[in-house]
Amino acid sequence: MNAAGFPILSLVTFLPLAGAFIILMVRGEDEVVARNARWTALWTSLITLALSLILWARFDPSTADFQFVERVAWLPEFGVNYHMGVDGISVLFVLLSTLLTPLCILASWESVQTRVRDYMVAFLVLESMMVGMFCALDFVVFYIFFEAVLIPMFLIIGVWGGARRVYAAFKFFLYTLAGSLLMLLAILAVWYYAGTTDIPTLMATAFPPAMQFWLFLAFFVSFAVKVPMWPVHTWLPDAHVEAPTAGSVILAGVLLKMGAYGFVRFSLPMLPHASADFAPLIFALSVVAVVYTSLVALAQEDMKKLIAYSSVAHMGIVTLGIFTFTQQGLSGALFTMLSHGVVSGALFLCVGVLYDRVHSREIARYGGVAKIMPAYALIFMLFTMASVALPGTAGFPGELLVIVGAFKVNPWVAFGAALGMILGAAYMLYLYRRVAFGKITRDDLRALLDLSPREYAVFAPLILLTLWMGVYPSSFLNFFEASVANLIAQHEAALSAARLAGM
Amino acid sequence: MYVGAIFFPLLGATLAGFFGRWLGDKASQWVTVACMVLAAACGIGAFVEVALNGAPGVVPIVTFIDVGGFEVSWALRYDTLSVVMVAMVTFISTLIHLYSVGYMSHDATIPRFFAYLSLFTFMMLMLVTADNLVQLFFGWEGVGLASYLLIGYWYERESANRAAMKAFIVNRVGDLFFMLGLALTFWTFQSVEFDAIFAGVPAARQVTFLGMPALEVIGVLLFLGACGKSAQLGLHTWLPDAMEGPTPVSALIHAATMVTAGVFLMARMSPVMEYAPVALAIVTIVGASTAIFAATIGCVQNDIKRIIAYSTCSQLGYMFFAAGVGVYQAAIFHLFTHAFFKALLFLGAGSVIHAMSDEQDIRRMGGIWKKIPITYAVMWIGSLALAGVPLFAGYYSKDMVLEVAYAAHSGPGAYAFAMGLLAAFLTAFYSWRLIILTFHGAPRADHHVMEHVHESPPVMLIPLLVLAAGAIVTGYLFYPLFVGDQQEAFWNGAIHTAAHNHVLHHAHEVPEWVPLAPTVVGVAGIALAYILYMFAPGIPGQLAARFNGVYRFLLNKWYFDELYDAIFVRPAQYLARAFWKTGDARLIDGVPNGAAALAVDVARGAARIQTGRVANYAFTMIIGLVLFVTLLLYGAR
Repeated sequence: MNAAGFPILSLVTFLPLAGAFIILMVRGEDEVVARNARWTALWTSLITLALSLILWARFDPSTADFQFVERVAWLPEFGVNYHMGVDGISVLFVLLSTLLTPLCILASWESVQTRVRDYMVAFLVLESMMVGMFCALDFVVFYIFFEAVLIPMFLIIGVWGGARRVYAAFKFFLYTLAGSLLMLLAILAVWYYAGTTDIPTLMATAFPPAMQFWLFLAFFVSFAVKVPMWPVHTWLPDAHVEAPTAGSVILAGVLLKMGAYGFVRFSLPMLPHASADFAPLIFALSVVAVVYTSLVALAQEDMKKLIAYSSVAHMGIVTLGIFTFTQQGLSGALFTMLSHGVVSGALFLCVGVLYDRVHSREIARYGGVAKIMPAYALIFMLFTMASVALPGTAGFPGELLVIVGAFKVNPWVAFGAALGMILGAAYMLYLYRRVAFGKITRDDLRALLDLSPREYAVFAPLILLTLWMGVYPSSFLNFFEASVANLIAQHEAALSAARLAGM
Repeated sequence: MYVGAIFFPLLGATLAGFFGRWLGDKASQWVTVACMVLAAACGIGAFVEVALNGAPGVVPIVTFIDVGGFEVSWALRYDTLSVVMVAMVTFISTLIHLYSVGYMSHDATIPRFFAYLSLFTFMMLMLVTADNLVQLFFGWEGVGLASYLLIGYWYERESANRAAMKAFIVNRVGDLFFMLGLALTFWTFQSVEFDAIFAGVPAARQVTFLGMPALEVIGVLLFLGACGKSAQLGLHTWLPDAMEGPTPVSALIHAATMVTAGVFLMARMSPVMEYAPVALAIVTIVGASTAIFAATIGCVQNDIKRIIAYSTCSQLGYMFFAAGVGVYQAAIFHLFTHAFFKALLFLGAGSVIHAMSDEQDIRRMGGIWKKIPITYAVMWIGSLALAGVPLFAGYYSKDMVLEVAYAAHSGPGAYAFAMGLLAAFLTAFYSWRLIILTFHGAPRADHHVMEHVHESPPVMLIPLLVLAAGAIVTGYLFYPLFVGDQQEAFWNGAIHTAAHNHVLHHAHEVPEWVPLAPTVVGVAGIALAYILYMFAPGIPGQLAARFNGVYRFLLNKWYFDELYDAIFVRPAQYLARAFWKTGDARLIDGVPNGAAALAVDVARGAARIQTGRVANYAFTMIIGLVLFVTLLLYGAR
């Protein structure tokens, strides 16, 4: 049935859910429940991670086909199946999700003390939904996972968040839900036209151009909110600021990738004409996102808000790369998504380290941290540099490829995207300077302890990945090489077919 | 050997950086020094093997990126050009490491300093041995990072942090153009590997980009990138501020390594640049303008390191216009000799600062030459070489640079020659202004400082003496190889000279007054400095008062910082706040927040209808029933 010999994708998807169920069963004193919940959650997510590594080992990067496919009839009379599978585009995102979850649980080990059980349940459910979303090969299944992700995230922000958590949670929920409703309409239209919701079938279906236009718009709204693209990005800074550290990590690491993933998975292959027609709009919005949000990041006084705005700028690079329809641009976009998942997740963890000690996100509250926390300062520097896309770190290959790809389409767009290089350096170094450098002016900072072994354990895999992706990106690029090449080829074939038909 | 020259510094950096805490100060500094000595041995060995015995090669390591024809590998390219740089960088960096052992002995975090220093060296070596533009960019950005760390080494000082950030960001401006140049190179040549690019030049000459020849655009973009690293006019503002770093750092950044990266890039891309005449003309003009511009500022500065920094900026201008007229050999030759005497000057200045208890203002020095005779002597040697006095290293290379500018017989060439000559005069003048104010006259420091004036320890003096020897002999020794009659065999194709380019040949046949002129103006500059500062010390003050406008203009560095602050920094800050407070908070968030407020209002209204009185409900129901029946009846008819 598939390369693993057993339904591995379903297992990876639903194992965390089973873990969540077990945690719910735990009864007893609060202390005991909390401890059991933590350990159960950690072990569940670690086992899930170990299982998902089979995907890494067994995945065949030489083909663009879907692999590890599972297919069970669900609502056969409506053409809806439970259909799972991964290709080069999605497999690494599954791994990203399964990697970040245990780190998040570990990062919340001490910082979350209230309602620990519910917190761990929320994270495991979230993991389930994320993985399911990246594996889904049926539109209905996809939609369910896509929407279900919102619920645990909404709770994580709303229950364990900061002072304005309710405002932020609702803003987050309403923004994304508004977009999703349009997507539901689009899915209905697609199903009505094609009679199936099977994604591989739909990819091969040629929709009439007029319909593509409307479908694209509906998808676009939904995905653009998730990315988030300018000007529907304002939910993100609020959500990040209020979310607990681990929530921010998942939000930046995985949830932001859902929108861009949607573009790559649906908009591009299913709606090639509309994609091509809308590309200039996307370019414009992306370049605005890069320049505008980078500038806004420069003015921030809250560490998390600054990094949140930088995420919007990075996602601008991603959307730009996707719509260049070049192999370099698309590969670069996917690589940037992965690297941003690792790097911005790590940056939020860096903020979390300080927040756990001082309970403030205000930049002005810090200064001179490098003196007392040298190991932390070094790690923070590494991720800062990765965020500004220094060659040798994870941020660089993606940005390079996107700029190269964009340059072919339009040099001025490439120039606009490259402006992010300067502004990115400006806001990140400004942040670093204000937090880590300078003289220590506050006495309570002098007493801070450097990283604990647990924190080292959280950062170690991320450090490793950041350097690995920077020095030897091929091992990741190889995964999506074939899929991307196939996608581009199909896109060009569809466009040229239309051009012939038009002649 | 080839790999060792590059990776020993990385090894040293890793050991000192990550294990410094366990190794201790002494062990980690000597470990890095030992690694550097090994690297230098390998580097010089490679120089003998590749340049002198003529055996270039490429050491492949591993594939970096391979996406849709965009292929990049990690590889070490060893040809004469890179090996000259490798030998020079490792050699000078070793001396600077050694010197730092003494200079930084009172520092609190010695392992960190040596780790940065070695990391910097490694990045520079990656840059010069790159086999493709992306790897070059890796080194390019790597030295940017290392310089950021080193300039901001004393991170408790606000000014150091500011300078470090400025260096990184200004460099990034150049990098943006480099990146675009790289992208255009790929789409023009379908490759970023040097061999493929150079082979594709004839075909690419026909390619146009936005209506301009693609090669010209590539040339200009890469040059703009080089401007950032090499502090050419417009993007030079970071260099003087970079003096915030410890003095050995200044020596490393401003002499041997980072700032020469731009010149190196021009030479490396010579097969492309040769067919981009407009780009070359721009290079020439900008280089010549930088040479004179920086020299004018150098004449009025009072910080000993800043004076030398501006002289670096000026000398880089020489290198660029030499490359601009198509004689990359001369540019690299000047780069090579300059590395020795400029490292010497910086380290000498460091020795002075060390002796003067960290005083850097030359107005508060003077009268110390008898107390630190060796430093005094090496500063003389460095200045003689810088001024281009015959028999010293700078004489050979600077003369060559000016001769090729003259021999170019072009408008930009003539401009470069004139500016270069004028700058040579100013160079000699400010060098001796520095020497006289620093060492001669009545002591202007307070007696505490004067009592402590002492010669540096041997670990600092030995590098100075070695560099002094280099500043004397390198010009004479290497002249025949770099630009003389053996140059073709020496370069062995590493630098491309187009068939139409005979400038180097003509340069050996210029009229007799041309080679003589730099010496004459140099001596005149020295003489003027003696008159103004030794014999009639009142005159400079009067001049400054008389031409106050000019003086202030020069003292404030042509107001570049103020200009950039007004046109870039402030608007960016303003826009940042405007976008955030107005754009995001009011306009964009206004919509959902407004919608939410509206929904709340509507809901309140709806809630008000629910009064709880049965009569109201009954009345509403009857009205509804009436309406409904009416509609039904109308519909039926």
